[in-house]
Amino acid sequence: MSLKGLIDFFSSLRLTVVCLVLALVLVFVGTVAQVELGLYQAQNDFFRRFFVYWAPGDSGIRIPVFPGGYLVGGLLLVNLTVVAFRRFAFSANKSGIWLIHLGLILLFVGQLLTDLLSVESMMHLREGETRNYSERPREAEVVLIERSGAETERVIAVPEWRLKKGGAVPLPGSDLTLVVRQYFRNSSLERLPEGSMHPAAATLGFGASILARELPHVTEMDRRDVPSVIFELKGRGAPEGTWLASEYIDQPQPVLINGKTYELAMRPRREYKPYSITLLDFTHDKYPGTEIPRNFSSRVRLQHPAKGEDREVLIYMNNPLRYDGATFYQASFDTDNLGSVLQVVRNPSWLTPYLSCALVSVGLVVQFLIHLVPFLKRKVRP
Amino acid sequence: MKKALPWILAALCLVWAASGLFPRKARGFDVAAFGRLPVLLNGRIQPFDSVARNALLEIRTRQSVRTEHGQLPAMDWLLELMTQPKRADERKVFRIDNRDVLGLLKLSEEEKYFSFAEIEPHQADLSREGDRVQKIEAAARSSYERGVYKLASAMWMYQRLKATLQPPDATGFVADLEDYAASLAAGVRAVRAREAKEEYDQAAFDRLLGHLSVFDQMSRMSYVRIVPPSDPQVAPEGWDTVGAVLMSSMHGQAVPEAVMHYARMAGAYAAGDTTGFNAAVTAYADRLKASDAQALRKGSAEHAFNRAQLFYKSTVLYVLALLGALSFWFWWNEGLRRGGVWILGAAWVLHTVGLVWRMALEARPPVTNLYSSAIFIGWGAVLLGLLLERIYRDGIGIVVASLIGFATQIIAHNLAIGGDTMEMMRAVLDTNFWLATHVVTITLGYSAMFVAGALALIYILRGVFTASLKKSTADGLARMVYGIICFATLFSFVGTVLGGIWADQSWGRFWGWDPKENGALLIVLWCATMLHARWGGLIRARGLMNMAIVGNIITSFSWFGVNMLGIGLHSYGFMDSAFRWLILFIASQAAVILIGLLPLSMWKSFSRETPTVDGATSV
Repeated sequence: MSLKGLIDFFSSLRLTVVCLVLALVLVFVGTVAQVELGLYQAQNDFFRRFFVYWAPGDSGIRIPVFPGGYLVGGLLLVNLTVVAFRRFAFSANKSGIWLIHLGLILLFVGQLLTDLLSVESMMHLREGETRNYSERPREAEVVLIERSGAETERVIAVPEWRLKKGGAVPLPGSDLTLVVRQYFRNSSLERLPEGSMHPAAATLGFGASILARELPHVTEMDRRDVPSVIFELKGRGAPEGTWLASEYIDQPQPVLINGKTYELAMRPRREYKPYSITLLDFTHDKYPGTEIPRNFSSRVRLQHPAKGEDREVLIYMNNPLRYDGATFYQASFDTDNLGSVLQVVRNPSWLTPYLSCALVSVGLVVQFLIHLVPFLKRKVRP
Repeated sequence: MKKALPWILAALCLVWAASGLFPRKARGFDVAAFGRLPVLLNGRIQPFDSVARNALLEIRTRQSVRTEHGQLPAMDWLLELMTQPKRADERKVFRIDNRDVLGLLKLSEEEKYFSFAEIEPHQADLSREGDRVQKIEAAARSSYERGVYKLASAMWMYQRLKATLQPPDATGFVADLEDYAASLAAGVRAVRAREAKEEYDQAAFDRLLGHLSVFDQMSRMSYVRIVPPSDPQVAPEGWDTVGAVLMSSMHGQAVPEAVMHYARMAGAYAAGDTTGFNAAVTAYADRLKASDAQALRKGSAEHAFNRAQLFYKSTVLYVLALLGALSFWFWWNEGLRRGGVWILGAAWVLHTVGLVWRMALEARPPVTNLYSSAIFIGWGAVLLGLLLERIYRDGIGIVVASLIGFATQIIAHNLAIGGDTMEMMRAVLDTNFWLATHVVTITLGYSAMFVAGALALIYILRGVFTASLKKSTADGLARMVYGIICFATLFSFVGTVLGGIWADQSWGRFWGWDPKENGALLIVLWCATMLHARWGGLIRARGLMNMAIVGNIITSFSWFGVNMLGIGLHSYGFMDSAFRWLILFIASQAAVILIGLLPLSMWKSFSRETPTVDGATSV
């Protein structure tokens, strides 16, 4: 196809209509599929994909059967952009259309950036507790912790995605290397029975008396995978053998290397912050005589030593705290009403929907009036 | 005269509507005055009248009980239940539709309504099944299980209502209370002495404990908080039930005044003593005027709103307006059309007054739940219809407006059966700013979609089955549909993005692919598809009409369907019969689309004209 043909193709209204109809079908099917798959999985299978796949049975074959969200959205974005440059001559009559399409382009790009760049994590605090990190609920990390004082610790962390890739991972700030032997996305552990035929998960540490089993990946909203990993630590003074780290094990394992004691653990991946949050008070009000929640709120103390900041903030529904590029939302709470869960979102493109909404709204109103006013002038006779 | 006729018609309609506002002075029991008394239920101050209406709606799906002597209004029924439970137990107030539930309770399948006395012998079976069903997740219940759950809840509420004013088996509660007050000092001394292992007065101890065990029983049962706080500063948390305040009165001194007033009302009502009852109601209302004037005003205002029945009356007028416009199409008599317009206008005024009144009562924007969304969609659609009629003067606006107005009022009426429609807003929804912006715009988008869809239905049905669709009318319809779709696009898009911004404010994500969000997105996508297909020349007038009817399907899915998926925010619960109706609606729309796809030669309207009708129609 010639360049002109290509441009013609990408600037055609037919393509717009086809993409819109595809998007419509995709959104509809993706919504209904949530009944079976749960919101998170359906979102991944239909919208955050270039293709929607059909995997018949356990054959392991995946056949693309429908364009996914990225493809349809991408095509629409290209279509919008090409059309904007090719077809509209700028004129007052078309100013609304311009604004609408500009706003839409911004919205699409913003959402793409959000999808790629935004990081969601959780901060669970009991009343009186202070934390300087939040945790990613669906991602784990293996850590080696070196206690260097009563208050501070040095943490070497390997994120789960790196473990998933396998192979050797040099640990930064040390001469150690972690070599992945086996990684389980979801697993269950049990104590190795006396005289068992099965081999223990590892040869060193807790893993020497534990049987690890791989489990299928779970998709339900309210359940999550429990990852485990079996690996070797190589380097001067590191003991020969394999270690087991798992989210199942909630106690740190002591690891002695070169006379230094580290603590080994697998835990939800942490996002450390240069400031800390202390939960002073969590309140959960109900309407009198009912179980209908009226408000959830967390009074917290925000301390940023480097900036000399120390202040109290009230976080409640529809009123998050925006601080240092992150936003803290009231997300959940402990059943005894003494603990609060804050959702922490770092989304550099959070402003784009606001801008695009303003642009498109103004554009729609302008275009609407451009047509409506003369129409009414014609129609309504005194 | 002929010119003034429509005016007179509209005025008559409004007078009829206003008639409900001024009740005639009651000669017997002043039930209306009792119905105005404020109480606390569902977390909000409401009049006794609302408690009665909502309770009866929940158990009987009607706001009155049919008896041999005509209709017994909800308030009269509740008064009887609270003061003469034995008589009330014979009233057939429990509606049971599910045959398996009837089988479980060994009740006749010939009837729909049953009395408490008829169900009570089998209550053990009902409770056992009820306990089992309660453990099953709401969405996973079968229709039998939902029937059991509904009836068991209704029975429980019914029994709790009995313990509102006095213990259900009380014979002379006023005397009991006086005796309790008299026994209090000696009784408390006896209790203290017993606790200190000293000698105590057994008779005084037993006398007090006899009363307290009755009150305790009552406080476990009672449901409506009818006793105002002794300190108005702690309202509404301070409102409490009769049983609970009597239990705590032991530590204080006297029986609260309100309890005595209510006991007198109950006694007088049971004894048929009209003067005593009316005097007790007046005395209590006067007391409230001094201490809780605000609650009393709220009670009166909502009571008047209940009595006015504005939405019901507007529904009747919508039917009249529809008949007017349809007969105009038969006889082309301008008088009929003008009559229709004025009746429609009157109906819309009632609709508006009802809407604003509700907003004032709730101190909320118009749409707070599914019920009020139905009311508001209808309101917006009628307004659009009136505007179209003002521009085109061909009856089409009236038909569309009255049709949607009527349908949405019927839907709202059926949604009201779920109970209190002015329930409190859950924490995340408790924001008037977003309710007023996001929810209102998105709902106006629904209105516009339904108006466009209804116009398209008229185009196709009139075109295929009658010869009345002239080219000029057809062109006019095409322009209307196009214009309304532009309007729908504007509101749906802005509403959807505002929803995203709200989500960003409260959960930290602009878009989460939640079913309700996706439903709104579907409407936006479909609007965009229609407009682009029209601009690209892929469709003409007829295609636009068929697509607008698809818009009806998509909008109904987004309004109701996503709530039935059983995921997302479960706020509306699961609706069996609504699901059946939704499927029926979608099937009917699909049928009209098929008819609309018939070749033009089979259409009664265009077959004899030149086929250029489908041609140029652009605004």
